[in-house]
Amino acid sequence: MSEALVAPLPAASGAAAPWVALVGNPNCGKTALFNALTGSRQHVANYPGVTVERKVGRCMTAGGREVRLIDLPGTYALRARSPDEAVTRDVVLGRLRGEVAPDLLLCVADATNLRPALRLILELKETGRPILLALNMMDIARHRGFRIDLERLSRELGVAVVESVAVRRQGTGALLARLDGMLADLPAPGTVTWQEGAAGAVRAAQREADRILAACVVAPRDSSSGTRRIDGVLLHPVFGLVILLAILFLMFQAVFAWATPAMDAIDAGFSAMGDLTDALLPEAGALGLLRSFVHDGLIGGVGSVLVFLPQILILFLFILLLEDLGYMARAAFLMDRIMGGAGLHGRAFIPLLSSFACAIPGIMATRVIDSRHDRLATILVAPLMTCSARIPVYTLIIAAFIPNRPVGDGILSWVNLQGLVMFGLYAAGIAFALLVSIVIKKLLWRRHPTEPFMLPLPDYKLPSGRNLAIGLWQRALVFLRRAGTTILSMMVLIWFLSSVPRPPEGATEPAIEYSFAAMIGRAVEPVLSPVGFNWQISMALIPGMAAREVAVASLGTVYSVAGGEEDTAGLGEALATRWSLATALAFLAWYVFAPQCAATLGVIRRETGSRRWMLVSFGYMLALAYLAAFATYQVAVVLGAG
Amino acid sequence: MSSTSLSATDGQAADLGALPVGFQGRIRAIQVDAGTSGPLPGPELERRLLELGFTEGAPVEILHQGLFRDPIAVRVAGTTVALRRREARAVLVEPA
Repeated sequence: MSEALVAPLPAASGAAAPWVALVGNPNCGKTALFNALTGSRQHVANYPGVTVERKVGRCMTAGGREVRLIDLPGTYALRARSPDEAVTRDVVLGRLRGEVAPDLLLCVADATNLRPALRLILELKETGRPILLALNMMDIARHRGFRIDLERLSRELGVAVVESVAVRRQGTGALLARLDGMLADLPAPGTVTWQEGAAGAVRAAQREADRILAACVVAPRDSSSGTRRIDGVLLHPVFGLVILLAILFLMFQAVFAWATPAMDAIDAGFSAMGDLTDALLPEAGALGLLRSFVHDGLIGGVGSVLVFLPQILILFLFILLLEDLGYMARAAFLMDRIMGGAGLHGRAFIPLLSSFACAIPGIMATRVIDSRHDRLATILVAPLMTCSARIPVYTLIIAAFIPNRPVGDGILSWVNLQGLVMFGLYAAGIAFALLVSIVIKKLLWRRHPTEPFMLPLPDYKLPSGRNLAIGLWQRALVFLRRAGTTILSMMVLIWFLSSVPRPPEGATEPAIEYSFAAMIGRAVEPVLSPVGFNWQISMALIPGMAAREVAVASLGTVYSVAGGEEDTAGLGEALATRWSLATALAFLAWYVFAPQCAATLGVIRRETGSRRWMLVSFGYMLALAYLAAFATYQVAVVLGAG
Repeated sequence: MSSTSLSATDGQAADLGALPVGFQGRIRAIQVDAGTSGPLPGPELERRLLELGFTEGAPVEILHQGLFRDPIAVRVAGTTVALRRREARAVLVEPA
């Protein structure tokens, strides 16, 4: 998420390596080609001021020339409608501040779908920059019976053309050789003649593209009969939805079931590190404070967050896989009508789905929604989706307070009560997201009707393992960076607040009773006692706003420091004896809405470009959390759970 | 001229938004009026349709439709595009 990395990377040696920008339609295999060329030598950051991902990398040509590559967001035209497309336009025109104008445009086209690509190339020629056209997925095109006259195509377009197969090991050889030749003798950039055209200009450009297409390409009668047959099932109005639900069910099952062994291993690793610290440092004196800092603050804090890495990776594996397969656009198609009922756009489905992992990538993914109002509505409700940071809160409280038994006899014996409560919490999040969206779109913004839903459905294709691996690796890096910075510093702060000042000599109460944490918790307690929260919970909520999962860690710190016991497994038991059922249920209800973490608020501010929407989002969720916890607590007390 | 008069009278041309799955034909015109453009200014909808490949003369086929008939998936000149019937009404077509 660093914004400091916008300056071009320094060249390895001698003259600066030339910049090559990858441009193309969405779904043309551009990112796969970028991954094939750069491998692990790539870096993802953001453009300054906007959260558009800036992907840069390096590669070597056949002749040993170093090239810097920049992967631009996919687009159908240089006329920009979204922040993503604006970045592409400004970079190729050399207009983006702080960005070097590319020396060469590497235009990537899906060889099985050249029609929109050729129109984009005609437009790109007006930028005056040298262009190399890579016909990607040539293997699939040949297999399906396309015959493309490369020489004629190059002549008609007036640009160099090569073939490429991004997902094969040898598939980029011709491209690299050609790149070498072109970079050795780069012409000076011509003048920019591009300007935004009206409908007439688009028609004329497409007519010219169609003429070239007819002259150079012999297409099979039906180039995507396979996709059509699959869609007959997957886009079926009824079965399609059933299959979508089944995929989502499998996904969540996997997140919970598959991740357990890895999570246990990470947990065990951090426990062992904690024990090692205890063995090395004495308990008493100034070194005792250091021991407490290293064990409870550093190791405990980082461990409590890193333990979610397996779940996040499994969720992203599914999302990346579905995206690469071409299924995500189908999910949007299937959900459009249903989400439209709540005033949401079909394209909001993918951001909301990502928000189950974490609201941050979810909110960033709303960039695909063109209309500002549709996008804002999605951003406001995305944090209501149960993110993985809430999972530890839910599992802790459910394990401690909800009996682990079947709901009933017969067919109901298959339904576990704990699982049912978990499902209920997820369902409550989704229901309220839809409800809030209805309020926003149907009551507040009646004058701004929903944008049209227009989305290309790409042909299905097999994903490449290498692409998936690179994508997952980048997600892991983003998460680790966050764990290592924001969350770690918050954990250190919490440790400080709950350990300082030290208890006076001869103190009889547990040490934490004398700390700043206790003072803050007691100060906030009167406001939160109507919802059943004691001062320990009141205290844990504050760092919980830095990152939700920290609330569990800080409850652990508060109670383990207080009781002198250190195993986290015992935390549930400790809570079960200290909290009433009503308090536990109110705590769960609070966390369905839990005012989002600081990092999410930061992303909302950046994505909406204003502090206002960040405050609106924080305020409405805080109010809902308080009301929900209040109602839950009072009803539970009346029912005798107090 | 308006799209409604065409589809109602000559029987040759119709708007894509009103047609069933399985329809095959050719695009005769892109015609945006108040009934189709909705939240977008007319010229903007026209440009977006053109950019997605809905140009005069292009072959079209309605492949699939969602629950309650909406949205529809349309094959247009070798590309598949999903859109709502409301916007598809701006695409005037004639049967193949």
